[in-house]
Amino acid sequence: MAVKILEDKCIGCQLCVDACPYGAINMVDGKARLNEKCIGCGACIEACKVGAIVGEEGVEKEEKDVSAYSGVGVFIEQRDGEVARVSLQLLGKARELAAQLGSEVYAYLIGNGVGNLTEMLIQKGADKVYIVDDKEFKYYRTLPYTKAMVELIKRTMPEILLYGATYIGRDLAPRVAQRITTGLTADCTELTIDPETRLLQQTRPAFGGNIMATIETPNHRPQMATVRPGIMKEMEADPLRKGEVIPVEVSVDEKDMSVKVVDVVKEERACVNLEEAKIIVSGGRGLGSSEGFEVLRELASFLSAEIGGSRVAVEEGWIPQDHQVGQTGKTVAPELYIACGISGSIQHRAGMSGSKVIVAINTDPDAPIFSIADYGIVEDLYKVVPELIKELKARGLEGCK
Amino acid sequence: MDIIVCIKQVPDTTDVKIDPKTGTLVREGVPSIVNPDDKHAVEEALRLKESYGGKVTAISMGPPQAVAALREVYAMGVDETILLSDRAFAGADTWATSYTLATAIKKIGKYDIIFCGLQAIDGDTAQIGPQLAEALGIPQITYVQKLEVQGKKVRAERALENGYMVLETEIPVLLTAIKSLNEPRYPTVGGIVKAHREHQVKIWTAKDIGADPKKIGLQGSPTQVKRSFAPQPKRAAEIIDGKSVQEKVKKLVDRLEERNVVR
Repeated sequence: MAVKILEDKCIGCQLCVDACPYGAINMVDGKARLNEKCIGCGACIEACKVGAIVGEEGVEKEEKDVSAYSGVGVFIEQRDGEVARVSLQLLGKARELAAQLGSEVYAYLIGNGVGNLTEMLIQKGADKVYIVDDKEFKYYRTLPYTKAMVELIKRTMPEILLYGATYIGRDLAPRVAQRITTGLTADCTELTIDPETRLLQQTRPAFGGNIMATIETPNHRPQMATVRPGIMKEMEADPLRKGEVIPVEVSVDEKDMSVKVVDVVKEERACVNLEEAKIIVSGGRGLGSSEGFEVLRELASFLSAEIGGSRVAVEEGWIPQDHQVGQTGKTVAPELYIACGISGSIQHRAGMSGSKVIVAINTDPDAPIFSIADYGIVEDLYKVVPELIKELKARGLEGCK
Repeated sequence: MDIIVCIKQVPDTTDVKIDPKTGTLVREGVPSIVNPDDKHAVEEALRLKESYGGKVTAISMGPPQAVAALREVYAMGVDETILLSDRAFAGADTWATSYTLATAIKKIGKYDIIFCGLQAIDGDTAQIGPQLAEALGIPQITYVQKLEVQGKKVRAERALENGYMVLETEIPVLLTAIKSLNEPRYPTVGGIVKAHREHQVKIWTAKDIGADPKKIGLQGSPTQVKRSFAPQPKRAAEIIDGKSVQEKVKKLVDRLEERNVVR
């Protein structure tokens, strides 16, 4: 059991100090305060006459002074000088959080020859851009980047630090968290500030999206989170925004260089970037064959959309595995998700329920996909999809970008 | 080559059901399995052992019933199994779990490669691998889709969203496996029999590994769960009706235009 002193209720009578067998309570500014000797025995709870000490099941933490930390930081992920879209989305979110906290947004940019990106980061929401620019940082590598981030954290002491939940962010953030001993919440889909405690409320799905959990890091700083791409909103670039660019030197030693990059291979499947897609046209069992995807491709190419598939479509070999949406595939959150001939198993829904607008086209009116869709059409997709293309063309409409 | 594989026993989330009344998870009757990614880690460790000799040790942290997961990987061919089980470990987040695993691995002592699955299907954090590597002070390569080991040299393909990197390092190193790395073998019948009749899973407590009580379990966890809840109530679709497909599609496009997803 964890013991907590409610400062606003404490009258400074010191009864608890006498009652504590471990010498774990001191008086600070006329209020009782627990020190590190507390083992949570609860003797003080009974001694307190005004109900100012409470036991909390399970929350046994040392209170640490974290007030020196302020500002909302964002790790800017870039490859070959191209900034990952999720980093810009996080700058947008960071602006919102910083406004609530009355603090600033810091962008942490690491790379080689990336100085030209700083202006854009300021226009997209950063107040200060800290830039580590050296040949050792040309490619992402865990240890040099960890060292740079730890150095930047020490220097800037952000209260909150966000990373994209990408193949790189999910490699870097945990390494940093362990090194500096702070909390890290993975793959968040919602971030807010508790107005009373000012703590970051980090909400994420677990159990394949069957349950949501809100997680806090009360006593460690920065409060770190990786955030799912495609969920937070990027702000419009504001050419009038002013910001500061601060170069930071980070020296790496031989040990940090122990992993060498031999090659970086880009694959053609590069175009399957479902996580960042704005529109996804997805097909399942109802397609009946791989030819069905030809029809969907036509719609997708018209909308500049990506193609997704259910597990059945992948297992039938109608579409490659990297198109799979769902618990064992990718989790996506586009602006528009068009599910064609997908019944909508819980595993599939777990992968796409975060989409902003969901359209389901299915001949079975009882298909579970309709329970999470915004709009449903109970018809044969082979009739609906060509008609949809025709109608969009007729109205001169395109997909959102 | 001495390899330690970290595994986790997880509920089979593909079998999870939601109580329609309360909207909460029904955990009863949900089978426990070895986390899928971890099986790929076990498989790769076994292949390395088959090529270079040595020993594969599987380690897990969890409640006493997690011995079942360790028996399963023993039946696949793992040599030794250790379960870290102590009420003091309960409530650990990824920081405290990594500290605990690292402390136990230091007690084991000798290793060349630590293998983990990329992530567990119950939490999906993918944090234990990197955090454990940091706690042990060794390099890491995550998202490994292809692996070659020669002498002390390790060469791995590390997947990215749009391709992969080829990385090289030397042992000791921590690797996390993704599904495309290999196809895990099934346990042999003989292995299963032996796993249940003869094999002893070692059980280590916090005291056994000399863990700092302040760094384990709930107390050692920088994060805490404030609340858990069922995902937002489902939106029920507006089923668009109309006399013809054309009419339905027209109405649909009206809605999409209103919602500003087509412009």
